[in-house]
Amino acid sequence: MPKPAPAIEHLLRRAGFGVSEADKATFADGVPYRQAVDRLVAFSGETDVDDSIGKSGFLGTTVTGGFTPNTNITHARQRWLFRMVHSPAPLQERMALLWHHHFATGYNKIAGLYGGADAARMMDAKPSTDPARQMGQIEMLRQNAFGSFAGMLLQVAQDPAMLVWLDGITNVKAKPQENFGRELMELFTIGVGEFAESDVYAAARVFTGWNLLRSGAGASSSYRFVYNPAQHDTGAKEFTFPVNSMGGMGRQPRASNVIPARDANGGMQDGLDLIQALAYHPLTARRLARKFWTFFVSETEPAPDSFVNEIAAVYLNNRTSIRATLRAVLASAEFNDENRAFQRYAWPVEFVVRSLREIGWAGFSANDALTPLTSMGQTLYEPPDVAGWDLGLAWFTTGGMLARLNFASQLALNQRVAIRDASRPWAGSANSLVDFCYDRLSLPPATLDNQIALVDYALAGGAWTGTDAQLLIKAPGMMHLLAGSAEYQLV
Amino acid sequence: MKFTRREFVAGGVKAFTVGFAAPAFLSDLALASGATSRSLVVLYLSGGNDALSTAIPYTDPFYYSRRPTIAIPAANVLQIGTDSSGKPLGLHPRLTGLRSIFDDGRLAIIQRTGYQNSSRSHFQGTDIWSTANPANSVGAGWLGRYLDALPPPVDPLTGWSTLRDLPHALLADHTSVAAIPNASGYVISSPNSGTTEQTRTRNGVAAIASHVPLERPHVAYVNGSVQAVLTTFERVATVGAYVPTVTYGTDGLSQGLRAVAGAIVKGIGTKVFWVQIGGFDTHASQGTNPNNGAYSNLMGTLNAAITSFYNDLRNQSLLDSTLILQFSEFGRRIGENGSFGTDHGAAASMMAVGGLVRGGVYGTAPNLNPAGNGGGTLENNGNDVTYETDFRSVYAQVIDNWLGANSAAILNGNFRTPRVNFI
Repeated sequence: MPKPAPAIEHLLRRAGFGVSEADKATFADGVPYRQAVDRLVAFSGETDVDDSIGKSGFLGTTVTGGFTPNTNITHARQRWLFRMVHSPAPLQERMALLWHHHFATGYNKIAGLYGGADAARMMDAKPSTDPARQMGQIEMLRQNAFGSFAGMLLQVAQDPAMLVWLDGITNVKAKPQENFGRELMELFTIGVGEFAESDVYAAARVFTGWNLLRSGAGASSSYRFVYNPAQHDTGAKEFTFPVNSMGGMGRQPRASNVIPARDANGGMQDGLDLIQALAYHPLTARRLARKFWTFFVSETEPAPDSFVNEIAAVYLNNRTSIRATLRAVLASAEFNDENRAFQRYAWPVEFVVRSLREIGWAGFSANDALTPLTSMGQTLYEPPDVAGWDLGLAWFTTGGMLARLNFASQLALNQRVAIRDASRPWAGSANSLVDFCYDRLSLPPATLDNQIALVDYALAGGAWTGTDAQLLIKAPGMMHLLAGSAEYQLV
Repeated sequence: MKFTRREFVAGGVKAFTVGFAAPAFLSDLALASGATSRSLVVLYLSGGNDALSTAIPYTDPFYYSRRPTIAIPAANVLQIGTDSSGKPLGLHPRLTGLRSIFDDGRLAIIQRTGYQNSSRSHFQGTDIWSTANPANSVGAGWLGRYLDALPPPVDPLTGWSTLRDLPHALLADHTSVAAIPNASGYVISSPNSGTTEQTRTRNGVAAIASHVPLERPHVAYVNGSVQAVLTTFERVATVGAYVPTVTYGTDGLSQGLRAVAGAIVKGIGTKVFWVQIGGFDTHASQGTNPNNGAYSNLMGTLNAAITSFYNDLRNQSLLDSTLILQFSEFGRRIGENGSFGTDHGAAASMMAVGGLVRGGVYGTAPNLNPAGNGGGTLENNGNDVTYETDFRSVYAQVIDNWLGANSAAILNGNFRTPRVNFI
């Protein structure tokens, strides 16, 4: 099997979901790095893989009755994992996951108010298969994965799931609701400590009247964003930072800190102004640059100022384009520094999807990954709170690490025959079986300590024979030990 | 800005004063009361508890005028007498079990705990309560610092979070803390069947995790977690097999407390437990229906979980070695909002439950008069409960008199006050 260059394997671990056997063929040695980046940030082919759900040769699903991922959250979780494993545009799914963490919205609160079916729709309905063509929040984030941050932020503010999650639906002029306005600044844009309590109150007033309306009837009804002028606070709103009171779509920061009084019918412009001002705020640019650093480059060292400055400038100079920003991150010298390979802790979803793609999926059901993922600390559509998941070392509690070890075991058991078959050419010695596992899992070169430990494992119970019977035990056993090792938890 | 443990690992193990000398009288006190078998159960109400609906100043006319739709009717509260200022208080109607515990003299309510310029951010607020440091709420948590100060080596089960993740309060500089939500699922599996192959798998896991490369601290940290699993799973299995004397609910808090009771009964050596219940961010529809209102349901769950735990331990004569300490990251506003809920506020009450707790009401109820609530430091003056007792004074009480450690060292300051001598 030809192998991609190390730099491209690094790119695929960070900007894709690991290096599958198919990836090895696609990105075989010789594909220029730039071309590989292009394929990830600007994939031009068909990205919808849902037609393959339920077909043999693909990751399986388990449902009783029909597969209804638009209205059943467990089915939706399986569909998303399926897409992550099989999408030809893995960076799009990865960005949807990052934005899910950034705009962290939880299904349960919505389900408590609107029922499970509508809550699942609000989370991730796919418009082309929804009777009301409703677009769920994650689908919206997926479609905005490479678009402008400013545009995405506006859609987030008008997103039905978000309006429920942060109580926008109760924001009325008599009593402004602060929840969304606070998190918009604290978590979605400029960051904690960068605004005053008076900004929170002003932001709450800005979004008065932004609400939901049930439109349509019966099965083809859905909740849509609506601006209700009667509930809008028409007074002027003053902030401690400049807000673009022109409401244009360009980058026109003005010195004014005031959104002027507007009549009720024109009052929706307040929200557009504030979102525009926050998306283009230099602190937002720097905060996103640091977020990209942590997500793509390194979790073991803070982002250098030079990187933050450079990436923030790209973001602002390209009208908050996520694609342009990502391109700059992936092309940066920092990203391509080989000393920074394997310096980022895989999120549980990343670990599971990478394991599936590198070890194998045929005959494995996405449903069987859901409980392990929860035990590892990451349930899709259910972040712990609006700040998203605790990243980095926080994943590696004893319980979380045990769940990773045990998922690796579960998958190795499920794939044992395929693993044995694939390992036959490497059956010559215990050492060559170790080489097989390292090659398959896109790991850094084996340390001497690990090599000795794995050979000891291979030889425990008898001399090396390389028979099918021995391979059937030792190849999946070794795959489990490696996929459950500390090294494999880093990408 | 969120803190993660990597800051410690990346920078190497931070210098920390280990083995400070606790004042002799504290050590003696701790020894005399059998401190070695004592356990602290920290109960976190996540989201910012509306303490004015937990312990209700039901005779204050402003409580009703400022909460026209969500106030608990005076006729429904469970009266528990008056505080030192003579203000009558009542527990939420669903807290019937807690009221019995109060009547047993084993529930303390400490009103108006908090700190100056209380953060309205869930995350910053939680970080402040976790680190006990309002000025700079990063780094190890107060319970983590307690664990770090124990004589090494500290067993990885000394601290046990019943969540999947490790709360910031238990984050330590150099002590591994277990996070085990489900004791009975705590086993290492193998793709091969049979005890022989399973043992070989475990040996393989142990061999790979035994290498702690100093030049790769991030790998070493993960290996440390694997090692902690290997040294604890047999003891945790005994907790998984625990048969309680009462029936616990199926909710997360009840199941967490069931595991805690199991660990206490089996004596696996845990000193600090963490249990948690979410849903307290009641911006909207707190509800007034005592049977199924949103806040009432929270109180119902809380009451059932604590009562089961209390009875389970009482049945096994273990109440005297157990202390529950409840907190939340902030209280909520005095006045209700337009959504029949309450927004992020400031000070709130804490509770302590245990066999050796001196039950009663500590501190005084807030002044709910919008005109007479001066001294607040936040923008919406008159709508916040102003703190009376620094939350670190409550921590100090627990550290000194229950855990037998030196609160001044762990809290980086002397916050002791005799006003909150509930333990």
